[in-house]
Amino acid sequence: MELIPIKINNKEIKVKKGTTILEAARQNDIRIPTLCNHPDLEVAGICRICVVEIEGMRNLQASCAYPIEHPISVKTYTEKVRKARRFNLDLILAQHYGECYSCVRNNNCELQSLAKEYGVNFYRFPHIKEPRYEIDDSSFALVRDPNKCVHCKRCIRTCLDLQEVGVLETAGRGYNVQVQTMLDRPLVELNCVYCGQCINRCPTGALHANDPSDWVWEAIDDPEKFVIIQTAPSPRAAIGEEFGLPAGTSVTGQLNTALRRMGFDRIFDTNFAADLTIMEEGSELLWRLEQKLVHGKDIKIPMITSCSPGWVKFAEHTFPELLDHLSSCKSPQQMFGAVIKTYYAQMAGIDPANIVTVALMPCAAKKFECNRPEMVDSGYKDIDYGLTTREMAGMIREAGLWLPELPKSDFDHPLGLGSGAGLVFGATGGVMEAAIRSVHLIVTGRQVPFKNMDVTPVRGMEGIREASITFENTLERYKFLEGVTLNVAVAHGIKNARQVIERVKSGEGNYHFIEIMACPGGCLGGGGQPIPTSPEIREARAQAIYAEDHMLPVRTSVENPEIQQLYKDFLGEPLGHLSHQLLHTHYTPRGRYTM
Amino acid sequence: MKNSKKRILFGEYIVGSGLAAALKLKPKEVVNEVKKSELRGRGGAGFPTGLKWESAAVQKADQKFIICNADEGEPGTFKDRLLLMEHPGKILEGMAIAGYAIGAHHGIIYLRGEYVYLKKGIEERIDHMKATNLLGDKILGKRFNFDVEIRLGAGAYVCGEEFALIESLNGRRGEPRNKPPFPTEKGYLDKPTVVQNVETLCYVPYIIANGAEWFRTHGTMKSTGTKLFSISGDVENPGVYEVELGITVRELLEMVGAKDTKAVQVGGASGICVSEKDFDKPIAFEGLPPGGSIIVFNHSRKMLHVLENFMEFFVEESCGQCTPCREGNYRLLEGVRLLKKGDCTVAYLRDLMELARVMQISSKCGLGQMSPNPFISIIENFKDEILYS
Ligand code: SF4
Ligand code: SF4
Ligand code: SF4
Ligand code: SF4
Repeated sequence: MELIPIKINNKEIKVKKGTTILEAARQNDIRIPTLCNHPDLEVAGICRICVVEIEGMRNLQASCAYPIEHPISVKTYTEKVRKARRFNLDLILAQHYGECYSCVRNNNCELQSLAKEYGVNFYRFPHIKEPRYEIDDSSFALVRDPNKCVHCKRCIRTCLDLQEVGVLETAGRGYNVQVQTMLDRPLVELNCVYCGQCINRCPTGALHANDPSDWVWEAIDDPEKFVIIQTAPSPRAAIGEEFGLPAGTSVTGQLNTALRRMGFDRIFDTNFAADLTIMEEGSELLWRLEQKLVHGKDIKIPMITSCSPGWVKFAEHTFPELLDHLSSCKSPQQMFGAVIKTYYAQMAGIDPANIVTVALMPCAAKKFECNRPEMVDSGYKDIDYGLTTREMAGMIREAGLWLPELPKSDFDHPLGLGSGAGLVFGATGGVMEAAIRSVHLIVTGRQVPFKNMDVTPVRGMEGIREASITFENTLERYKFLEGVTLNVAVAHGIKNARQVIERVKSGEGNYHFIEIMACPGGCLGGGGQPIPTSPEIREARAQAIYAEDHMLPVRTSVENPEIQQLYKDFLGEPLGHLSHQLLHTHYTPRGRYTM
Repeated sequence: MKNSKKRILFGEYIVGSGLAAALKLKPKEVVNEVKKSELRGRGGAGFPTGLKWESAAVQKADQKFIICNADEGEPGTFKDRLLLMEHPGKILEGMAIAGYAIGAHHGIIYLRGEYVYLKKGIEERIDHMKATNLLGDKILGKRFNFDVEIRLGAGAYVCGEEFALIESLNGRRGEPRNKPPFPTEKGYLDKPTVVQNVETLCYVPYIIANGAEWFRTHGTMKSTGTKLFSISGDVENPGVYEVELGITVRELLEMVGAKDTKAVQVGGASGICVSEKDFDKPIAFEGLPPGGSIIVFNHSRKMLHVLENFMEFFVEESCGQCTPCREGNYRLLEGVRLLKKGDCTVAYLRDLMELARVMQISSKCGLGQMSPNPFISIIENFKDEILYS
């Protein structure tokens, strides 16, 4: 690789050809402020905050968008540069309507930080005193407040380039330019998959999730109500970031204590329901394989996972003809709700009408999922409220608790025991890994042939990963799988999901089982997770999850004693009558672009 | 065309002679001849045409493109329309020569939507040139093929910017892209692309037919050749004029019969507005910017009103992508309105002048870099009228 000698602030350095000035500066610990730039997104070069001066050039250059091809001398804080940054910031602030103390992004807002960094202590230009645009809170998942928008287009680039959904667009010109939904329709009428990835990349409070914490507090404060919360693994690997801990610090025990002190009546582990999902989904896979291989039935293979509600909604919009490929299993969140309001209510002797189920999830789409009209198989709303990691952090702070200082405590039991398999659900490839561990054990009676049971071929952050596993020495019941090679694929992010599906449709991908997660990195990169996000942060969260998996006594779902108990006492067997009624669902073909 | 001294474009020309001369040379020699002529783009930025061609010529690619920017959107400008109407053959010849020079076989005329009525005439010209072997396959018996198609623009001023134009051809929102890479490296369909304004292309056949030396006898040392201006406003004889670069404002005013002139906007809406004291300055790349239009104002005009019109135009036409242009033009317009009402403090006016300078150096494309020009020049040149009346 060709190295080019350049100077930044008179410091001589060498950089790889094609490195941008911004990257070069960062590699050398020189800070250049940015606003429209994001590590996950294509360069836009539009906010003009990162401008720098290059010797010999009249105009300032956007450092994020200037690849170094020749030796240059760059200055990052000359008078011209500082003035330009400050004026551009002043221009943005003049158009920004909103007050920090009532904003969801207070203390974690890039605009606010920039204003502080550049010593903004007055409005240079007359600034707007009335909101110009309506707030769109039509959906259960997302709220758009265009009045706080700074036109960085990070959301558009997220939705269009990263996710390839394309719900957001630029409308109008000049002063009236606006980030809009397609045809300016409310989000609820569009094919938005509610992944919330745009929220995670918005630098301001212009995009946030639809927050039900007030209702959750109300339920907690109501003595009639029995409030049960389940917590998913990804929030536990990330919520510490909201309290200043480094990414990848697992705080499961402290979180349990916090929730108990806040007044939740029971705290269960979503991993338990993840194990339940694997029991049902693994059985469904084996059933499909048997129907196809032994009975020659026209059963849809590959089977595709259905626990990511963002992915499910995308499939409903974009590939309605493939909905039969989706596993009929509900997601862990929803299975849990159905089990709590039936089995647990019975066991604990509580009227399910008085149970309020809350789910702490890394996800924005989970809010939509729990409000799907079909999710009432328990006779009640299976899950009443979905909270994101960020919202939960807010509630914890409101309760006056500082998470890192709390002692650790365990989940409540039963329904509080999850296996390592359920845990790894949080990372992309995790459902696949969990399924392979269980299915291999069911089919052969032996653990998976991987060191430490880590199914490494399906791990990692590549957009699409493929793997194969061949069954050998199968148990009598599964003789039809003797020597059969199971081909699997894993995709995360809608863009990659689309590619995998295209491979299936073209016949190029000869898979039996596919895991798809709507968010980059899987749930740990979900739209409800702490902001900021970056590849490094997602990697660190994944490591936290894998490390915790190693520490758990039970590593497969089949071996989870509380799961075994549930089947024995209540459900009977996987895919049995009651399972079908409570734990499985169906899908709704939707329009290509709307609802 | 009243009173225009017939110069290059409106002078004698034998159809096909430029192209024939070009095909006798090696492509590299064509590029060199254009370089030697020191022809600079007539679209506003004034980039040396030869250098642009050279940078496209050295690219290795399976396809390259020549795009003729016929998206004339400057207020008061109609010279391209005239060329498209009366001289389409020269434009096409210029495109073919450019294509030969850089190794492109495909040309696109990006025609302003409002000019759709010109399409038929240009198409007929294309057909005729194909019939006479000046376009199409094996042009003039040489191993060179070149085809031209016409595409209609949606009519946004910013689509005059190279990349915005290319984005719009690529079927996207017409917005400028980051440079580098430049269009000559990655342009239309990500292939090396030369975008050239209508007028620039028209000079090309002359340069090749008559030689760079001949071309350099026109204009000044640093601004060779002639230039077309659409001259309008308070003048007796408005119209399109071809004049030598280097002509002074005063000479120009005389030529078109302007009397009692107070101000002249040179170089189009994004040019600069000069007062009497600058009338002896030359219009050339080293002097007052030679854009497409010249608008003359007599003493009955109010300069703040003039400025308000310009700024309204830019607020409308900014693509709205980058901060300084999107918000800055609006603030400048607002400032002009405050000045009109007498509500603008001197301190705030100073802030606005600084804003204008920040826009010039930090906007992403030419639009935002040039739109503050009328603001700065009118405030500076007509301070007395603006502040004290
Ligand atoms: S978006 Fe940022 S700057 Fe705006 S009100 Fe919210 S916290 Fe404050
Ligand atoms: S939630 Fe996802 S699909 Fe919806 S607008 Fe945001 S990025 Fe696009
Ligand atoms: S909504 Fe947020 S991400 Fe989108 S353009 Fe506005 S500020 Fe940027
Ligand atoms: S300078 Fe204006 S027209 Fe050019 S990119 Fe910026 S906003 Fe768009």
